[in-house]
Amino acid sequence: MDKITLSKLRRSYYPNPKQPSDYALKEIDLDWTDGGANALLRPSGCGKSTLLNIISGLLVPSEGQILFDGQDVTELAPDKRNIAQVFQFPVIYDTMTVYDNLAFPLRNRGRDEATVHTRVMAIAEMLEVTDLLDQKAAGLSPDNKQKISMGRGLVREDVNVVMFDEPLTVIDPHLKWKLRSKLKELHQRVKATMIYVTHDQTEALTFADQVVVMQLGEVVQIGTPVELFERPAHTFVGHFIGSPGMNVLPCTLSGGSAYFGEHRIQLEGPVKGTPEGRTEIGIRPEFVSLAESGLPAVVAKVSDVGRHTVVECQADGHRFNAITEGAGPEKGAAVFLDFKRSQTRLYVDGWIATEAGEG
Amino acid sequence: MKTDNQKAWFFVLPVLLLVAFNALIPMMTVVNYSVQETFGDNVFFWQGLDWFQQILRSDRFHAALGRQFMFTFLILIIEVPLGIAIALSMPRKGFWVPVCLVLMALPMLIPWNVVGAMWNIFTLPDIGLLGYFLNHVLGINYDMTQDPFAAWVTIVTMDVWHWTSLVVLLSYAGLVSIPDAYYQAAKIDGASNWSVFRFIQLPKMKTVLTIAILLRFMDSFNIYTEPFVLTGGGPGNSTTLLSIDLVKIALGQFDLGPAAAMSLIYFAITLLVSWLFYTLMTKDDLN
Repeated sequence: MDKITLSKLRRSYYPNPKQPSDYALKEIDLDWTDGGANALLRPSGCGKSTLLNIISGLLVPSEGQILFDGQDVTELAPDKRNIAQVFQFPVIYDTMTVYDNLAFPLRNRGRDEATVHTRVMAIAEMLEVTDLLDQKAAGLSPDNKQKISMGRGLVREDVNVVMFDEPLTVIDPHLKWKLRSKLKELHQRVKATMIYVTHDQTEALTFADQVVVMQLGEVVQIGTPVELFERPAHTFVGHFIGSPGMNVLPCTLSGGSAYFGEHRIQLEGPVKGTPEGRTEIGIRPEFVSLAESGLPAVVAKVSDVGRHTVVECQADGHRFNAITEGAGPEKGAAVFLDFKRSQTRLYVDGWIATEAGEG
Repeated sequence: MKTDNQKAWFFVLPVLLLVAFNALIPMMTVVNYSVQETFGDNVFFWQGLDWFQQILRSDRFHAALGRQFMFTFLILIIEVPLGIAIALSMPRKGFWVPVCLVLMALPMLIPWNVVGAMWNIFTLPDIGLLGYFLNHVLGINYDMTQDPFAAWVTIVTMDVWHWTSLVVLLSYAGLVSIPDAYYQAAKIDGASNWSVFRFIQLPKMKTVLTIAILLRFMDSFNIYTEPFVLTGGGPGNSTTLLSIDLVKIALGQFDLGPAAAMSLIYFAITLLVSWLFYTLMTKDDLN
């Protein structure tokens, strides 16, 4: 059980990086708590593999350090760190049986066969693959293959960190749920620190206690699923998490208030400092309601998504989403939109710029 | 109910005709010769299976067959491991990849009789680069027109030079198809280089290696042009492989009956060994 600290970590694929855009991974300072379930959420292609490979030791960062429980492991080889990694596509040794696959990491480390046997049997039972042990691994279904690659990581008694690199990509939808709950269960049993990388918000939010959101090789926000949902630190997080994502509207500031066109919109609290740059209002559709008075708009589209109805409205050439319970208004109807004040935030150049109000 | 449409057979017809004219009909004439005796003038006498008996009992055939198996065995045991080793040491990406690939492909682009002629001149003791070097610089007595051992070393080396590239290119194709994640997982699992080869690279190369071995077996078992140009089967009969012997009987002695019987036996052996190879190498895949 290790606490992982990334300190001023940067990675560039250029020999002499000069400007920030030369870095595949921008400066990262991060703590992953001991034994926690962590997720790294990011859209495709933003340096997540780079980050994972640095943690597992397959890559060396250009700058900065990685500490496991305060110990510098930046230069340590992958097999010397107590980590395991599960890849996007299941990695199994085709010619071996399931048993030999699970035993492989232990045998490579010179454990005696008795220990190997006890560990393999324990892990097989945990993963519910005991009856597959004698089979050739090549013939397994993708979800079982992925379980075996997971098992190869967990079989080592010294593993403290398990990293998952979009492990459910190749799994059938109906098995995803099963495997995901298995993961949660495993996390509770083995108490290792887990880092789960995904671009799927549902996977990240259901798995993790703490989620790190990355964009373009940069950490945008770190927080619990609730924090990310309720108070996105960046409009990107607002867009990326939630369905539909947060409404972001351009606004002007005047005398401490925000104006969308001529309409004054009340913010959750005072604005921090003196904002310079692009100012925007961010509010989640869940907190926009159709009311008797407020911002006038026209209904452009109504979609029934099951539990609630998403009403897409248009005002001044901008689109808003509002979520209402029950049937929504007709398309083309004139409505007024009310923004819940405690959930209305100001963003300057994408970053949050209001202080939380009293609620 | 599903109605069967038989029209598709018409589309196969051209291929059938083509195969008939370039394989089936010539082969049937061979079958025809193999059961008859002729003294020319297009007069034939029925001979039954006599030629087959005669060939199968002949010491000359046994000797040629033995040399043939020896040759194929030697080149396979050298070319396959060597080809894999070269493929493993080739770069996977970057500037040198196309350079290596072109260099590897070069020997295969040279016509077979040219390869034979090249090596013939190359190894001449007085004027050949290699022959002169061995004889006059290193002082080794090397003359493949006199010494059977030298002749064998030369034809095996020539085949290795000519065809190892095929094994290299096929193995390389198998190697580059392995995703990086396998190597990364192996590193994390603490696997040694040998384990990586044994459990990742070799299994992933297996399909292409099967094809490479089969091709090399068939080609080397039927090899004619290069050893014919290089040694002509000599000195004596020491490098007279099956195909060379066959041509001697058919065109040298004009014994069409025995030659036809021998070709059929030759063909049957090639087919049988190829089938055995293939069955053995793919039997695991069925489970």
